[in-house]
Amino acid sequence: MKPVAFDYQRPASVEDAVALLQAHGRSAKLLSGGQSLGPMLNMRLVRPEVVIDLNDLLELDYVREAADVIEIGALTRHHRLATAPEILRALPLLAYAAATIGHFAIRQRGTIGGSLVHADPAAQLPLVAVTLAAEIVLRSAAGTRSIPAADFLQNVMTVDLNEDEMVVAIRFPKPSAAKAGWGMRLFSRRRGDFAIVSAAVWLRRNPDGRLADMRLGLGGVAPVPFRLHDLEDPDDEGAPGESWASDLAGQAAQRVEPEDAPGLPAVYRRELACNLLRGALTDALSLAGERHG
Amino acid sequence: MDSRHDIELSVNGDTHRISVQARRLLSDALREDCGLTGTHVGCEHGVCGACTVLIDGRPARACLTYAMQMEGHEITTIEGLGGTDGYSPLQQAMQDEHGLQCGFCTPGILVTFEAYLRDNPDPTEDEIRDVLSGNLCRCTGYENIVAAVKKAAAGMRGEPE
Ligand SMILES: Cc1cc2nc3c(=O)[nH]c(=O)nc-3n(C[C@H](O)[C@H](O)[C@H](O)COP(=O)(O)OP(=O)(O)OC[C@H]3O[C@@H](n4cnc5c(N)ncnc54)[C@H](O)[C@@H]3O)c2cc1C
Ligand code: FES
Ligand code: FES
Repeated sequence: MKPVAFDYQRPASVEDAVALLQAHGRSAKLLSGGQSLGPMLNMRLVRPEVVIDLNDLLELDYVREAADVIEIGALTRHHRLATAPEILRALPLLAYAAATIGHFAIRQRGTIGGSLVHADPAAQLPLVAVTLAAEIVLRSAAGTRSIPAADFLQNVMTVDLNEDEMVVAIRFPKPSAAKAGWGMRLFSRRRGDFAIVSAAVWLRRNPDGRLADMRLGLGGVAPVPFRLHDLEDPDDEGAPGESWASDLAGQAAQRVEPEDAPGLPAVYRRELACNLLRGALTDALSLAGERHG
Repeated sequence: MDSRHDIELSVNGDTHRISVQARRLLSDALREDCGLTGTHVGCEHGVCGACTVLIDGRPARACLTYAMQMEGHEITTIEGLGGTDGYSPLQQAMQDEHGLQCGFCTPGILVTFEAYLRDNPDPTEDEIRDVLSGNLCRCTGYENIVAAVKKAAAGMRGEPE
């Protein structure tokens, strides 16, 4: 279990990194935390000619808060996402998601940029990026473009990234904190394993208790995480009642079409989606209520 | 591509001048080029935790790191924990609580918790178990490892036994 021989490049700036990408194209692989690329190299599932190490690009390790957006540099480690005060305050769903990734040692190295590009269907950060409508900022020698996370994630481990491009930042719109609540539930067989199914919820209530705004995301039931847009419109029937969470979760479960996999039949994933979403909805609603006092 | 590069690895405060290919895993460089065999190798894909070392004080899988990446960084391995006074408090607690059997998983667990306890001197049992989930012990001595970490943490906080 050793990688194929490769050339190693260690650019000192983003300019140098994109110039290297332009020169080497498809034969190069970018290396951030190495927590997904490392296993793939060791197992020879990828055989690059050149590895471009981004770990010196400290300019991409940042959390920057503006009035309505939190921008996070691509090289920001999961541990920092889980512990940065700005994120804990403004994007607690993201902080929680990061804290549940793998294990303590994995979180010290793994990065948000790497996780989004790796695009594992069960990964936490792509799910949260889709649920919170984040934008992915891409850079090449030719310039910069940005694209919604939901469009960036195209298929299992497939993203809209040209061979001369790299991710430089992820921009999260800062949701209003007033009467807001969130919930995230994951199920894995062993602590730290990839979740089989995961559900993320963010919502906001009006002062009278009715829902003002809601986002529902599911991971692990399709090639990429997705939002249940058609269930997000708050109906006008008043404040959510007793059966609100289970009704909504039940409707969501009807909409998912997971594939059968060995040991994981589709009905099992659908059942998990229903239960996890119900839990996440309940958590979100009670947080939104509590804040009001 | 097969060419070798002369690099300097700083491990436990010592400088090792070694010659490696770019694909050389840090775990192999430590064991075979530096002769520091306390860092163990199990799965080579990040799962078992046996190869965990500290990079600039933070735990990391040596099997998912390339030796060449480490120029300019400080590595700490199990050999660097105790110092001249013998065992660190955590190592001593592991011995006292019988936290190891064959000892294969032990170096990875010790370096992980040395770093963790520095940041989190008073962890709950659940937090200890969460961190320990990153290290597989095939002798399955987890209960004693949890007890050892608790004991070490209490001792490091200056609490009587
Ligand atoms: C034991 C273990 C358990 C894990 N458990 C989980 C889990 O529960 N949930 C989870 O979500 N993840 C888990 N992971 C994966 C972890 O989150 C990885 O850190 C993450 O998937 C990839 O981030 P990275 O920085 O390590 O990227 P790398 O491994 O360095 O790179 C991953 C991919 O992204 C590309 N890339 C990296 N940076 C950029 C960039 N800036 N621009 C463009 N392309 C880039 C690389 O070329 C590569 O294709 C686990 C990993 C391990 C080893
Ligand atoms: S050998 Fe590195 S984690 Fe198993
Ligand atoms: S003591 Fe044998 S593997 Fe842990």
